[in-house]
Amino acid sequence: MFTNKKRPWTEKLVDRAFIRMTAILASVVSLTVFGIFFTVGFQAVFQGDLSSLLPWNPDSIWQGIAAWNDEETFGVRWGAIPHFGLGFLANSSWNPVRNDYGALTPIYGTLMTSALALLLAVPLGVGTAVFLTEDFLPQKLRATIGFMVELLAAIPSVVLGLWAMAMLNGFLAVFTPLHTHLGWLPFFGTEPGGPNLAMASLILVVMLLPIITAVSRDSLNQVPMELRQGAYAVGATRWTSIFQVQIPAAISGIVGGTMLALGRALGETMAVTMIIGNSTNLSVSWFSPSSTIASLLANQFGEADDIQVSALYYAALVLMILTFLVNICAQIVVKRLALKYD
Amino acid sequence: MIATQHPLTASSLNYNPWAPRNVWNRAMNLLVGLFSFMAVLPLVVVILYVLYKGGGAITPAIFTELPPPPGLSEPMGMGNAIIGTAMVTGVAALVAIPIGVGGGIHLAEVARNGWFAQSIRFGVNVLAGVPSIICGLFIYALVVNTRILWGESFSAMAGSLALAVLMLPTIVKTTDEGFKLVSQELRMGSLGIGASRFVTITRVVLPAAISPIATGVVLGIARAAGETAPLIFTALFSPFWPDWSSGLGLLAPTATMSVQIYNFGIMPFAPQVQLAWAASFILVVMILAANLLARWLARFSAS
Repeated sequence: MFTNKKRPWTEKLVDRAFIRMTAILASVVSLTVFGIFFTVGFQAVFQGDLSSLLPWNPDSIWQGIAAWNDEETFGVRWGAIPHFGLGFLANSSWNPVRNDYGALTPIYGTLMTSALALLLAVPLGVGTAVFLTEDFLPQKLRATIGFMVELLAAIPSVVLGLWAMAMLNGFLAVFTPLHTHLGWLPFFGTEPGGPNLAMASLILVVMLLPIITAVSRDSLNQVPMELRQGAYAVGATRWTSIFQVQIPAAISGIVGGTMLALGRALGETMAVTMIIGNSTNLSVSWFSPSSTIASLLANQFGEADDIQVSALYYAALVLMILTFLVNICAQIVVKRLALKYD
Repeated sequence: MIATQHPLTASSLNYNPWAPRNVWNRAMNLLVGLFSFMAVLPLVVVILYVLYKGGGAITPAIFTELPPPPGLSEPMGMGNAIIGTAMVTGVAALVAIPIGVGGGIHLAEVARNGWFAQSIRFGVNVLAGVPSIICGLFIYALVVNTRILWGESFSAMAGSLALAVLMLPTIVKTTDEGFKLVSQELRMGSLGIGASRFVTITRVVLPAAISPIATGVVLGIARAAGETAPLIFTALFSPFWPDWSSGLGLLAPTATMSVQIYNFGIMPFAPQVQLAWAASFILVVMILAANLLARWLARFSAS
């Protein structure tokens, strides 16, 4: 430490300034997160823009609150949360004419598309990961396939959406027999005639597969060779070893990857918007057009005004809280289930 | 007394292909093979389809002309969207890289594992999970709606900020991880011969960690270039060239390739749909190239 005293003061100043600066840059991340939550929350509670927070603005909410019982100004222009309350989550009408908004349809669409997509993508993704960590193929070929699956993650979602729109008739050809034979099930109840919820789920599968595969493959690769050798030594077959030893050992990564994928599925926008049909009528059937929160935002935000904007921000807040919870759970699960091998 | 015990013969040690567990084994082998095939299939189909449909739409005019008005088929170009994507993504990178690398340096070199670092890392994870459309809504409320940028509303600058928010967590994470890979001896050596912390970090550790950081940055930029949702309410769209003469280049609504795919892809006019495919082609080729570049950079660091 004695050298520190002999340093020229300029050098010490540069050092200290540099460290301060990096600290400020690091706080930008947290400020951004806070800013996003605050902004979306603010817009859901109040109508009008963020500048009405400034006290000297003539439309300031502070003056509005001060004049709440003035009959000329009616005080603050409250937004969607004070108007609709928690009933917003259970109301299925989205009616810009009567200014009656509820997010049940998009919430149902969001949860249903994500659940369906995970149902298909988890077995496919984990299966592929197992295939790529076992010695079915030569190492080089496996590495190539792994890289190709990772490339799938890099394809922009809007390109996948465009592709899905071009493949619309192909999807319909698959769905129509399902409807004619299994139409008595409520999920297959409507005649598929255009973009619908099931197509959006299938596109989501394509987007989730690379995430689940990549994360599962990494965690399966980290399972030590000794565990596998031990399983084989006591007479286990390949699949006994996989199901009883390797997958349990890698479960934290697999569950973590699945949660990560779920977070992505909930917030996925473009491909879903292009292929889900953007209907705000509630329907249980997978073959009827529907909407997710993200597609509702992409589709309606441009033309919305006043309370509708606020209602859209309310829906966005619901989506943010959903993805936030999923991501927190993912982090906790990964920490809790992680087995340490040295 | 009891003579029903099976004699142990050599043949019972042979592989019995019809033993239930062997049948199960083969069935599962087949199943995961099939699963892998189904996982790789969409990639091959999407890329081939985009290359086929988009490649046919690529002409020299694509790069030099503007898109046609709806209903017409001349001129067939999207030069404005190509410039727009480069502009919006470039400015986003200029905003996000200093903040992200600086923040990452603080996490890895200064704060390490204290409460401050932990809370920032938590923030990075939360930010990485925020849906991209919400980044767009955030910047819309913050920049577009309040007209904070010299009184202009929708602008390329707003789009850049939204993309920067999106790229930030990736860059912070890769910087943090990249710095952790640098061996402690390098830092000790540098500090030991009397270098200050600033010099140690910028001249010794940063060059040693540059290749994983570059990999992360390249992948982040590639991902941002294809993002649409944050741009539709911030950069909006424009059928014209960026207007530099009036000084509104970055402060005016700007076309980007990804928004063009969305806007034109859902139009009922064939020329527009063709331009959407051309934009998809350029984006996909660009992103594949960026991924190969990132792989090359990663290999560069491994050696």
